[in-house]
Amino acid sequence: MIETIRAAFVIGRRDFTAIIFSKAFFFFLLGPMFPLLVGGAAGLLGGQVARDIDRPVIGVTMSADDSRQLLAARATLAAQVGERRLPEMRQLSQSTSAATPEKLLDDKTNGLAAILGGTLDKPVLTGTRGPIESYKGEIAMLSAFAKNADAMTLPSVETRLVQSSAGNEKQQRLATAQATQVLLFMLTMLLAGMVLSNLVEEKANKIIEILAAAVPMDAVFLGKLFAMLAMAFVGITVWATVGFGIASLAGSALPSLPTPAVGWPIFVLLGVVYFTMAYLILGSLFLGIGAMAATVREVQTLSMPVTMAQLINFFLAMYTVTKMGEPIELFACLFPFTSPFAMVARAAQDATLWPHLLAVAWQALFVLIILRVGVYLFRRNVMKSGSAGRIKETSGKKLFGLVKMPG
Amino acid sequence: MHAIEARGLVKQFDGFRAVDGIDLNVPVGSIYGILGPNGAGKTTTIRMLLGIIDPDEGTRTLLGSDRPLSQSKLVGYLPEERGLYQSMRAADTIAFMGALRGMPLKAAEQRGRELMEEAGLGYAADRQIRQLSKGMAQTVQLLGTIVHDPKLIVLDEPFSGLDALNQAKLERMIRAQADRGVTIIFSTHVIAHAERLCERIAIIAKGKVSFDGLVSTARDRLRPQVHLETETADGPWRKALPDDVRHEGNWWHFTLPDSGVEPLLTALIGGKAGIRSLSIERPGLHDAFVAIAGEDTAAEMDAPTAEELI
Repeated sequence: MIETIRAAFVIGRRDFTAIIFSKAFFFFLLGPMFPLLVGGAAGLLGGQVARDIDRPVIGVTMSADDSRQLLAARATLAAQVGERRLPEMRQLSQSTSAATPEKLLDDKTNGLAAILGGTLDKPVLTGTRGPIESYKGEIAMLSAFAKNADAMTLPSVETRLVQSSAGNEKQQRLATAQATQVLLFMLTMLLAGMVLSNLVEEKANKIIEILAAAVPMDAVFLGKLFAMLAMAFVGITVWATVGFGIASLAGSALPSLPTPAVGWPIFVLLGVVYFTMAYLILGSLFLGIGAMAATVREVQTLSMPVTMAQLINFFLAMYTVTKMGEPIELFACLFPFTSPFAMVARAAQDATLWPHLLAVAWQALFVLIILRVGVYLFRRNVMKSGSAGRIKETSGKKLFGLVKMPG
Repeated sequence: MHAIEARGLVKQFDGFRAVDGIDLNVPVGSIYGILGPNGAGKTTTIRMLLGIIDPDEGTRTLLGSDRPLSQSKLVGYLPEERGLYQSMRAADTIAFMGALRGMPLKAAEQRGRELMEEAGLGYAADRQIRQLSKGMAQTVQLLGTIVHDPKLIVLDEPFSGLDALNQAKLERMIRAQADRGVTIIFSTHVIAHAERLCERIAIIAKGKVSFDGLVSTARDRLRPQVHLETETADGPWRKALPDDVRHEGNWWHFTLPDSGVEPLLTALIGGKAGIRSLSIERPGLHDAFVAIAGEDTAAEMDAPTAEELI
């Protein structure tokens, strides 16, 4: 075991320095900038487009008095709740109002979404199903307010801010849980996928033969996995530093997340631990899968289904955020590929700490199992060690001296 | 005491029996050659001996252990298919190979630089592997094989791809290591290398060992060849020549009879053959190989590899 760890360290150190001191690593560090830039640009464009789109207008054909009162009521309420929360309205001229609502709606020059006729006591809204369903409630409210405008005064509301309330604490922690899950998933997806191609160089250059003759293959896999993990932490440290710098400059312009149930220090620690476990679980799987690939092209072909499988896991974990304590949430906590994501969400919502110890131990055991199976398959299928279709004595050795492996 | 013992090693790939019940005994301190044509099972045998792959059947011990990888710190291995990290510096490469075999990295790097100086490559220690010529890169890999002072060195087709100058350097290096008491095993399909270097050989063909023993024993399997030139073409002395004699003018070529040299000389002199010249030649390893492994296998040995053709 000690020899395996020593050898893994030798291999990990070589891989780590080879990556860190390569020119490509600089571009790797720049990697997250591109989705942020694209996302920011898309958001700005989307907002502009939303603002530029004409809002649907309701044509008002009530009597002149009713129309005037209705529009005045709308203006008063819009000042309180916001212009965009109430439908746009336009009083139509007497001559125009003489036409039937159907005709007015057919006339493209009017550009009307619905026609409001009748009286304030009995408004009639004519239009297609969409606008009618959307505005029925607002029209009723506006009509009632217009009718009693003189009697109704809107009192000014005195506001008092508190840090939290029992009612919305759960909702807020849910936001923390979801945000952390997304962050964890993004980082894992961004970084763990790189492990897929990790053994291609060794196989292409025939270095694998030298490694296999010198150290146990478990050490090769472990070393490579931890080198990539260390590289991931270097990347995250750089990105986090830049992120904090931007946050400091932006000040209160950035939204702040509610305090998680376990408190921020422990939550951050658990976040790091669960990222590590998520990375190791997915990384060990990818390493095993990638080790079977003979060329970079094969690795690229494999990356699509692997990414899709990651997404399914993520969606499952996301779905269970609101289902604390339910069987599906417990399943997500136990299923190794969703466990880190589900458990970090749990930490945001539940202050109990002992389940995290169990979860981390279980996840670590699963990493060892995946690695061992990956090594076994690599030796059998790539190194051509062991005969096919027969359980061999040598393959039944213990998993890192802990668990008896099947053949 | 044997550095390597193998009993009944068998390895199949997709139903093909690449190694079919091989027994080997490699004495400590010997230079041991594994001879056989390409595809005979030499590399597969070596990979099993080193623990890179497990045999389907049979047992092997390496430096006294039946778990070869547990002895890896005492073993140096140069695989047939050479491979190095192209972006790594030469000195770092040797250090890395030493560290893999248990050396502290600093000590391995220092020793690596010393070895490069001794090999006349000190100036290239800080160059990346991709900046070295093929021969230099092979030397770097070879130095990485011996940097940790192993007790056993296994070289799979070490002469393949080397020019004559580098082949001679490699032979000198092998002898130098052997002089230090290191056991050396190398595989080759070139009999001349084995003949020059080895005390013991194993001849492998079609996954089986045809011969395992001293080179001299292999050669002793054939009788010496006599080449005789006489003044007379006929006479009573002709009766002393064996049936397999070949006659070219006054030259006579034949296998030395079981009775030995003395009766032959007595008959030639007594029969007034008029001996102009007489030489008795011990058979070479190539002849022994042909006799042991057969003409077909010998022909395969002589066939150049794709690398040699290029």
